[in-house]
Amino acid sequence: MEESEQLKKIKAGDVRTASRLIRNLEDEIPEAKNALKRIFLHTGKAHVVGITGSPGAGKSTLVDALITSYRKKGDTVGVLAVDPTSPFTGGAILGDRIRMQKHAEDSGVFVRSLATRGALGGLSKAVGDAVHVLDVMGKNLILIETVGAGQQEVDIINHSHTVIVVLVPGMGDDIQAIKAGMMEIADIFVINKADRDGANKLYNELVAMLNMAHEFPGGWRPPIIKIGNCFDAVSFAQSVDKLAATVADHYRCLEETGLLGDRMKRKAMVELGESLRDAILSPILKEMTQSGEMDLFVEKLLKKEADPYTIAEEAARRYLK
Amino acid sequence: MTEKRIRIMVAKPGLDGHDRGARILARAFRDAGYEVIYTGVHQTPEQIAAAAIQEDVDLVGLSCLSGAHGYLFPRVVELLREKGAEDITVIGGGIIPDQDFQKLYDAGIKAIFTPGASLESILEWVGANVKPRD
Repeated sequence: MEESEQLKKIKAGDVRTASRLIRNLEDEIPEAKNALKRIFLHTGKAHVVGITGSPGAGKSTLVDALITSYRKKGDTVGVLAVDPTSPFTGGAILGDRIRMQKHAEDSGVFVRSLATRGALGGLSKAVGDAVHVLDVMGKNLILIETVGAGQQEVDIINHSHTVIVVLVPGMGDDIQAIKAGMMEIADIFVINKADRDGANKLYNELVAMLNMAHEFPGGWRPPIIKIGNCFDAVSFAQSVDKLAATVADHYRCLEETGLLGDRMKRKAMVELGESLRDAILSPILKEMTQSGEMDLFVEKLLKKEADPYTIAEEAARRYLK
Repeated sequence: MTEKRIRIMVAKPGLDGHDRGARILARAFRDAGYEVIYTGVHQTPEQIAAAAIQEDVDLVGLSCLSGAHGYLFPRVVELLREKGAEDITVIGGGIIPDQDFQKLYDAGIKAIFTPGASLESILEWVGANVKPRD
C-alpha cells in the first residue's frame, strides 16, 4: 500500500521521494529493491544518453549546456553524474554538479551525483536503477555522465540508447584512434575545446578511423561535432544545439532501423544478468564470509595448499543444487 | 551489501569566492569515508536547498566569509523546512563573529566553526551528531 503511494509520488515528480529511493537503491536496502519491482513495469519511455570521455574533457560542462538546450525546447531532463570512490577510504568527492548548479531550481531538471563505490566500468552499480527512477519521474531525457574514463570503461553502452564520446585535442598519437574500447562505442564523437591546437588533426584521425569501418549498423556513421571554447558563449551554445539535434537524429535512426530494440535487449540482458548475480552469488559470498570459510580459503591459497579453481568448483557443487 | 552511507554537501552561499576552506573540508570528509557533494561558489540559498534535496544528503556544511551569514545560513534552514527536509542537519563556518552565534543557533544552525577550528574537531562533531537515516 505504501509502495503504491511512493510510486504515485515519484510519478508526480516528487523530488524528495525519488532522491530517497535512489539513495536506498545505492545502499542496497531490500525495501528499495521491492519498490523497484513495481516501478520497473512503468519504465522505458525516456531517451537515455551516455556521455563519456577522459577526466577534464569537459563532460560536465557539456551536460550543463545540453540541459539548457533541451529545456529551451521544453524537454525535461534527469542527470546522473558519476565520480570515483576512493579505494582506500570509501569516500568520494562528487564535483560534476558544480557545472550544473544553475539548473538547481528548475523543477524540470533533476541532477543526482553517484559515487562508483568500487564498480570498475566507469559507472556505479546503482546507475541502472536510478535511470528507472528518473524515467518514472517523467524525464524525457536522461543524461548519464561517466567517471573520467580512459579506454576500457565501456559499461555506459549497456545503459544508454545513444553514447557520446567526448575527446579533446592533444591526447596522444593516431594509434589511440584505432585501439579497441572506448573509441568503438561512440554513436557521436565530440571534439571538445576545438579552438585548441590539434583539433583538426584529431578530426582527421577520427575520419580515417571511421573510414576503415566495414559497416555501420543501421547506416549510422558516427558524426563528429566540434565544440569550441565555452566562454565564447554564442558559438558554444550553437554547437551544443547541434549536438542535441544530432542526439535526436540518432534516436530516430535507432527507431526507424529497429536497432532500438537491439539496444533495449542488450540493456535488459545486462540487467537480468546483474540481478541473477546478485540473487545467486551475493548470498553465497555472504554466507562464506560470515562463516569464516572465505578467510580459511584465502589462507590455503597463500600457503599454496589449494587453488582457487578447485575451491570455486567445490563451492558451486555445494551451494548450487 | 546493505550499508547506510552518509552523504555531505559542502556549499558556498553568497558572493565571496574564497573556497580554499570549503575544498579542504570536502577533502577531509572524503578522507574520513564520506561521500561529499561540492556545489562550487556563488550559490543562492535556493540553489543549495534544492541541490541538497536532489542529492538526499544528511548534512549541509555552509561556508561564508563575506559577512552575509546572518541572512544566508538561516535562509537555507528555512527553505529546507519549507520543502519538508528539516531532517537535513545544517552547520556553518567562516568568518563569523561570536555575537552572531546565538542568532544562528536559534535559526537552526546546529554548529559553527570559525578560523582556527581543527579538521579533527569538525570530523568529531560530524561523527557524533550525524547518524545514518532511519
